[in-house]
Amino acid sequence: MSDVLASFRVQRAAGPLVEGEAVISTEGFSPRYDLDRWTGVISKPGHKLEGVSIRDRILFFPTAKGGIAAGWAFNDLIGKGIAPKAFVFGVTNPVMVQGAIYAGITITEGWDPDPITLIRTGDRVRIDPARGVIELLQRA
Amino acid sequence: MQLTQDEQAMLRGDQGTARREAIAFQIEVGRFFGARRFVPISNAHMMGDIEVMGDAGLARLERMLAEGARCEIGITTNARCIDFAHDRALGQDPAEVAKERRIIECLRGMNVITADTCINYQTLYQPHLGEHLAWGDTGTVIYANSVFGARTNFEGGPSALAAAITGRTPEYGFHLDEHRRGNLVVHLDFDPSDLADWGAIGRLVGEPNQSYYTVPVFSGIRRAPCADELKHLGASLASYGSHAMFHMVGVTPEAASVEMACGGQAPTRTMRITRADLDRLYASYDLRDRRCRLVVFSAPQLSLFELKRISELLDGRTVATGTRLFVTTSNAMRRTADELGYIGRIEAAGGTVLEGVCFYILQNLSPLREREGWDSLLTNSAKLANTITAHRFNTILRPTADCVEAAITGELR
Repeated sequence: MSDVLASFRVQRAAGPLVEGEAVISTEGFSPRYDLDRWTGVISKPGHKLEGVSIRDRILFFPTAKGGIAAGWAFNDLIGKGIAPKAFVFGVTNPVMVQGAIYAGITITEGWDPDPITLIRTGDRVRIDPARGVIELLQRA
Repeated sequence: MQLTQDEQAMLRGDQGTARREAIAFQIEVGRFFGARRFVPISNAHMMGDIEVMGDAGLARLERMLAEGARCEIGITTNARCIDFAHDRALGQDPAEVAKERRIIECLRGMNVITADTCINYQTLYQPHLGEHLAWGDTGTVIYANSVFGARTNFEGGPSALAAAITGRTPEYGFHLDEHRRGNLVVHLDFDPSDLADWGAIGRLVGEPNQSYYTVPVFSGIRRAPCADELKHLGASLASYGSHAMFHMVGVTPEAASVEMACGGQAPTRTMRITRADLDRLYASYDLRDRRCRLVVFSAPQLSLFELKRISELLDGRTVATGTRLFVTTSNAMRRTADELGYIGRIEAAGGTVLEGVCFYILQNLSPLREREGWDSLLTNSAKLANTITAHRFNTILRPTADCVEAAITGELR
């Protein structure tokens, strides 16, 4: 086990324990509006993460946009081998949760404190849904 | 979650594998949101097309069918990604077209009505006050909650299908009174005059207040909007704000007053929208080289009234050479509009009417954009202007008549 540099509580969580590289977004997310679902790269012109691949990352988004597409789309990302390891949302919507659970991708909602104050893109983090915590393991 | 005997039997597998898997999935979602129990539902509406499902989704449908999955309550399908009369002309992939046909077969095999419409609330099913549903897409959800006073969360495709198989959905979110209370009062300072105006209002409210739990309460309404206006407002709020419900004082059933809409509590936030705010929004779109090569009326599919208006605006005129004008509607609306001569008028002007689809979910859309050299997309749908952006269109929102004029002249203004 790696040392834990900092930890955060999440309000709700589902899915397996995962470790991976964090990607922090200050803009919300929809797989339909923002993501090229054939390459796994954020493609919406002007999105805060435009050009970033979500594959195997742990994605931090303040909000969910839209959208009914996530219900199937996350399962499709797994099928195509371009899925992220986890979604960490400030506020999400049910379809993101339904879609993540359907696909077996870890998802959390609600955070205290706001992890964006401490976690930066490229940091290594661990999400433990059973304990309801996000842990910072290593700085980028 | 507290489970009834029937639900426990489902979970044990007494009623077959498909029902066991469906309820186990629903329980996991319900637990996430702290649902205490299930509520019975009377109707479901699901998204299910190859563009969003991919091979992995189709494989799971095939497995469900083999396991004997069967829907026990009425369930219809949302708009899909292929109109089988136009797939070749649009350069859609024949292998994906074949998979789309297979999805339809699978769904019919599970007792799903493949109606392929995102305006089921206008054409197929009008729920009553307090009726529990499991609907998606988001435009159908916000209309059901707001205008009918029915109760549904955003239900993705697998989730709506599971609900139709078990006949219930976990009780959280908009099934509960506590989430239906208004918490953002929006005073409208003017009388919106076009569908695009209502969509623009949805963007101005939704974008800065993005949260599933924001419930706007519109006040100051000078003229009760018609169904299509409420449709464009709701679709835009759901898209930009991820909102699932709004109230409109004196118009929607849970909003006789601001106080009633807010459940007797003082609203936490207020905002005011003026005509000048809308003008600023319209002026903010980037017109690039001012060439208008693509005009789309879609998202949601057009009602009969919208088809009539477009046909009247196009009557006796011709879309500019090098410009395409697309309209999408439901299969049923197209039949009726055809009999009434509306489709003929749109087609005579050079427009293309697609049925059973919505433009932004068309299979192969990015390659189609590149093939056609489309850059800007002009529309009267604020929702479309938002939902299609992953395909890298430069989207521009304009009132309906302005969109038609641009299609005729080939110039953006």
